[in-house]
Amino acid sequence: MLAYLIRRLIAVIIMVLVVLLATFTVFFMLPKWAGQDIAVLFAGKATGAEQIEGIRTKLGLSDPLLVQFWDFIKGIPMGRDYANGSDVTHCPAPCFGYSFRTEAPVWETLKEALPVTGALAAGACVLWLAGGVATGVVSALRRGTIWDRAAMTTALGGVSLPVFFTGMIAMGVFVHNLGWVKIADSLSTDDSIDVWFQTLILPWIVLAFLNAAMYARLTRATMLEVLGEDYIRTARAKGLTEGVVIRKHALRSAMTPILTVFGLDLGVLMGGAVLTESTFNLPGLGLEAVRAISSKDLPVILGVTLCAALAIAVANLVVDLMYAVIDPRVRLG
Amino acid sequence: MTELSKSGAAVGEPVADSAAPSAFLEVRDLKVHFPTDDGLVKSVDGLNFSLEKGKTLGIVGESGSGKSVTSLGILGLHTAGQYGSRRAQISGEIWLNGQELLSADPVAVRKLRGREMAMIFQDPLSALHPYYSIGKQITEAYRVHNDVDKKTARKRAVEMLDRVGIPQPDKRVDSYPHEFSGGMRQRAMIAMALVNNPELLIADEPTTALDVTVQAQILDLIRDLQKEFGSAVIMITHDLGVVAEMADELLVMYGGRCVERGPAEKVFYEPQHPYTWGLLGSMPRIDREETDRLIPVKGSPPSLINLPSGCAFNPRCPYADVPKDQITRRERPELSLVADGHYSACHMSQGERTRIWTEEIAPKL
Repeated sequence: MLAYLIRRLIAVIIMVLVVLLATFTVFFMLPKWAGQDIAVLFAGKATGAEQIEGIRTKLGLSDPLLVQFWDFIKGIPMGRDYANGSDVTHCPAPCFGYSFRTEAPVWETLKEALPVTGALAAGACVLWLAGGVATGVVSALRRGTIWDRAAMTTALGGVSLPVFFTGMIAMGVFVHNLGWVKIADSLSTDDSIDVWFQTLILPWIVLAFLNAAMYARLTRATMLEVLGEDYIRTARAKGLTEGVVIRKHALRSAMTPILTVFGLDLGVLMGGAVLTESTFNLPGLGLEAVRAISSKDLPVILGVTLCAALAIAVANLVVDLMYAVIDPRVRLG
Repeated sequence: MTELSKSGAAVGEPVADSAAPSAFLEVRDLKVHFPTDDGLVKSVDGLNFSLEKGKTLGIVGESGSGKSVTSLGILGLHTAGQYGSRRAQISGEIWLNGQELLSADPVAVRKLRGREMAMIFQDPLSALHPYYSIGKQITEAYRVHNDVDKKTARKRAVEMLDRVGIPQPDKRVDSYPHEFSGGMRQRAMIAMALVNNPELLIADEPTTALDVTVQAQILDLIRDLQKEFGSAVIMITHDLGVVAEMADELLVMYGGRCVERGPAEKVFYEPQHPYTWGLLGSMPRIDREETDRLIPVKGSPPSLINLPSGCAFNPRCPYADVPKDQITRRERPELSLVADGHYSACHMSQGERTRIWTEEIAPKL
């Protein structure tokens, strides 16, 4: 088990490093290949050649790519000094550089956006896991009944309706028409739990509905498959109650594929639920990424990409560990 | 039965004309039908047999003849946990120890499952849950019927594993099914089935998934345990060789019905049905000449939705035209008494069958 854990951890670290190098290369070399000067991007158009040279030196843009990459990596745990002669700017750890657009440290932006995305993802995934898996299990057990058909039709609707559509309707009804919830314009860690809850409850439900629909269908299919297994028949032959057969024998096996998908979904969601955040104007990572891309704000894009990659890697690590807990055969591999 | 009287569960009152039988297990006119899109699949269609404690009944037949469906029916596994319109339709009577099971409260039947009647399945790898240790699965079977703590149940599991011949049972009790060999898995499966000393043990092709060297060991084990526990055993197989020396009674099934039934040595040495002849002819024997070839039963098993009219075996029977007036194609033969306790469902006269067996079939075997 320990060996398995160490192997998985090493794999995660390697993966994050590779993603780092790849994104770094893409984001800092692409403009160059496209004939754009990063120093110009940073400085803006109406700047003199001398200032641009100064920025180039300060950001270390003339150094070889690997040196730049190393400086960038080192900056994350240790902080970094950008220097041009006597003009020194200290960027405290964790340093992801400065936004080209606002000139604020990228970390400040991430620090604001991460809790929003985290809260959105956490709340939504609890809702959709509980709702989706429960619906799927009941549908599988009552297959062919009215309940099954109704649930699966609703699920089909849930999968087909885009978030911006259900989101707009939800906002129209519950915020503007009924006035049950109030959505704040911005969210910060200083705001009260009530503000957070009111702002996030609709996004949670809308996002959860979409995913719950998928999970309900997945759970139903997996459960039907598992219920046909020989060991389920064995469990019944022992005289176990149907409840124990379902919970301890069927559901445990059915959890494996659900977990796989869940790990990926959660990781992707942590990288920013772009559509949901845009629809509800939530200042999370997704919205930040959209802004950064439209203004070619390379350091912010890099920062958000890193967060997303890390989230996916960690989510997958957790899923892998849970596999080992659930399935004894994995512990060998 | 103490469990039942305690819970006060209603266990099938005998119907007017069907008194409780004296036999330990008695199956009367059992029918198991499955509705499908293509029609009603009549997997078992009117089966009768009885079995005493300490005796072994061998049920023989090819795939789809209704052997496994019968055994699952006795355990009540066609209806347990099944919902919706695709449930199996079961009728008839199954009497176990004086109680009728088909009309009994499902909860009462569930409490009998694993305690009074247990089952060994064909493929132990797929029949054991891959995520739970062997010990966990055995203790689970024990604790559901016995109010004991985990430690006692574990001791019982180790004891059972030891009894079925698993080395170092106190260590192997924590192993998972994938860490066992095929033969050991089947031993563990047997340990699980016998953990509550059931009075009826159904073994559904217990050796089919095992390699030949292990098959004999497993059969010996079942036989020894039967002697020790005095259980009634139903041994289901498509291999007459497996049951030849174990069974007291043999029941040959074809197309969901019994075509021949009787004391094992009678059915084996003086078979009275062409299908039984076919089964014997397709069985390899050690004393057979090397140059002799096995004689397969021609054709394939019948559709259980549309059985051939008349005798279900007639399209495959080399002697279908021996009886006059095409009766084999028009009328279904009923089981008739051949000799003491030996029944056969065939339109040929007993004289004709005996002649064909002794003159044409037996010399070739």
